[in-house]
Amino acid sequence: MGNRVGIIGVGQTHHAAKRLDASGVELIAEAVTRALDDAELTIDDIDAIVVGNMDHFENINYVDTWAVDGLGAFMKPVFKVTTGGTTGTTVGACGYYQAASGLFDIVLAVGWEKNSESDTQAAIATCANPILERDSFAGAIGPLATEYSMYMKAFGATEEDAAIVAARDRNNALNNPYAHSRQQVTVEDVMKSPMLSYPIKFLDMCPRSDGACAVIFANEKAARKLCPEPAWVHASVVRHDYTHFGDLEWKFMPTLERASAAAYKLAGITKPLEEFDVAELYLPASTCGVKWMDSLWFCEHGEAPDLIRKGTFEMDGQLPINPSGGVISTNPIGATALIRVAEGAWQIMGKSGDRQVEGASLALCTGFGGCSWSDVMILGADLP
Amino acid sequence: MRYMERVAIIGVGQTKYESGKRDNFAEMVFEVTNKAMEDAGITKNEIDNVVSVSSDFWDGRTISCMAISDASAAYGKDITTVEGDGTFGAIYGLMRNLSGNYGTTLVVAHHKGTESNMNGITNTAFDPLVERKLGLDAVSSGALQARRYMSAYGLLEEQFALVSVKNHGNAKRNPLAMLPMDITVEDVMGSRMVADPLKVLDCSPLTDGACAIILASETPAHKLTTRDKRVWVKGVGHCSDAFRMGDRDLADTRALKDAADRAYTMAGIIDPAKEIDVAEVYDAFTYMEPLWLEGLGICDDGMGCEYLERGLFDFEGDLPINPSGGRLSANPVQVAGLACMAECVLQLRGEAGDHQVEGADTALAHGINGMCGQSHCVWVLGR
Repeated sequence: MGNRVGIIGVGQTHHAAKRLDASGVELIAEAVTRALDDAELTIDDIDAIVVGNMDHFENINYVDTWAVDGLGAFMKPVFKVTTGGTTGTTVGACGYYQAASGLFDIVLAVGWEKNSESDTQAAIATCANPILERDSFAGAIGPLATEYSMYMKAFGATEEDAAIVAARDRNNALNNPYAHSRQQVTVEDVMKSPMLSYPIKFLDMCPRSDGACAVIFANEKAARKLCPEPAWVHASVVRHDYTHFGDLEWKFMPTLERASAAAYKLAGITKPLEEFDVAELYLPASTCGVKWMDSLWFCEHGEAPDLIRKGTFEMDGQLPINPSGGVISTNPIGATALIRVAEGAWQIMGKSGDRQVEGASLALCTGFGGCSWSDVMILGADLP
Repeated sequence: MRYMERVAIIGVGQTKYESGKRDNFAEMVFEVTNKAMEDAGITKNEIDNVVSVSSDFWDGRTISCMAISDASAAYGKDITTVEGDGTFGAIYGLMRNLSGNYGTTLVVAHHKGTESNMNGITNTAFDPLVERKLGLDAVSSGALQARRYMSAYGLLEEQFALVSVKNHGNAKRNPLAMLPMDITVEDVMGSRMVADPLKVLDCSPLTDGACAIILASETPAHKLTTRDKRVWVKGVGHCSDAFRMGDRDLADTRALKDAADRAYTMAGIIDPAKEIDVAEVYDAFTYMEPLWLEGLGICDDGMGCEYLERGLFDFEGDLPINPSGGRLSANPVQVAGLACMAECVLQLRGEAGDHQVEGADTALAHGINGMCGQSHCVWVLGR
């Protein structure tokens, strides 16, 4: 049987639209150095490293070997994992499995992206089948617009419901010094912002950012020795769907339903809305912040708009979601889902500064990507 | 030595390695996934999770793992993707098993070299500001490494040519290999120069193919399979050298030595040359085989070519290297190291057919990431 694993240190860059001051390797080094400082370790303490990004964005092949200087991976075990939007949680899960395996005690997991050096939409478009689906489902916005249109028709959700989520996440980002986009906005501002793809408007949608994130995972023995309050990994679950967009169920999010149900079971959670103290969710558009609440088992299908309108997920609500400002405030794609894990870990460790949810002891973190894929990681203050 | 729960490889599947295959990525992955399950005698219900090995660059497709998820029996399962050589996918698969979360892991890799632009794709592995502009790629950087290796130990191109003669000859015994050939040192020396000192017959071919292996922890391995199918992981290690070629001595195999030390320590191997019965080593270019054999501690630094000349690594020699024909006879890039592992499994089971090495009890498989063998992964497998 494997080891229990805790997160003992977290670092991230100050994210921005264009980090002209740093190369990709330097962004990685910034996040790694900060994570080592956070854990009060040096690179000599790191036994193994995993890195991830979406390599068509920066056009760097073999990122694991290219980034050795930034990662501190010289003469160390390192490899690369990558799964599109979920890359960050894929990296996080890999850090967890490596430390749990017993092969390595302390593992550094790093996600990064320098979107200012990429044609992001063009690169994403090539994920779809070149003959059947590349024209209709090219880019990130189209499928998200499709799914929320269907959800609105099925359950009477509105564009304003999404705008409430957008205003919540964007205003939360004002408390996060690392966030890329920090602006005070109202629901009206969101509704009046330019339409991108109906019903998704400019302020509903995530930006593309430059940035990196590093998370240090340690097995139980090392974590207890090195860290006063590790964020323990209670569950790490991934669920994928069919290969083609046309085969998917669009009114619900089956992968998120399956992944979260499996993760809750592992963590012994039966009433997620009541039991979680905070959630850092990969919501690429505010519309997902409405529809996917059903899929996380916070309510029955179609009841998410009621919870949104009641303020359930605001900072002073029952379950604060995205105190960091979330993905619509910061989106260095290969790091984005790892930032959810990092922010969740900081909440458990009580290191979240102005965005701290008081007494947070159980955190839900998610990743989203690919063909409607879902990753779930649950972190807690208590041993699993 | 760390305690490690025992993990077995219980099934393997490979396509025939060919040039210009008509099958697409998903079709190749479907073929080897089914072959590996059939080999193990299990169904997709017994596969707990999947590690795919995919590369956006080589596949020409973003989120390249999307294309093969249905085909790898991953629907509704926990699946992840390693980008690099298949040996690195396998080590992640092993760690997922050892974490206690899964009893069985399918690791599957695919590659279509004939639909790729090898020079352009490997050029993007270099620093974009300086080295890329020089036109460096896998072949030209390999040529620099070959030259440095020659000058460090006074080696000759004719000695490297022996690797090509041996491995293409071995391929005649392996029905899956792409380039079985009867050639001589003169043929290699007379073949077209690609990047001095590497000639066409010093280089591996563009290849299409796929490979899958199934890892199982001890309890499910015993439950799901019979004894003759089980090959055990004895040791594994991986390690990376510096990125910039100027920061490395290309004749120095320190990263491979480190990776091999990790694998040997775990496996309890003290003298690899004596204890290993057969090895599949990453010979993308002829010079790599003797160089990596030195890094693997199978011979002293600078001695690889001399041992090769003495016939030690021949099919009938003391330690047969690349009896499958090696990467020189079929090199589907991400698949290559995983195919090395699958070949070792067949050898240890005694199922390698005409290229069976008699009495193989311990086998070594090797894969590399990056240019000029920057990062290595070494596996020791046994009965």
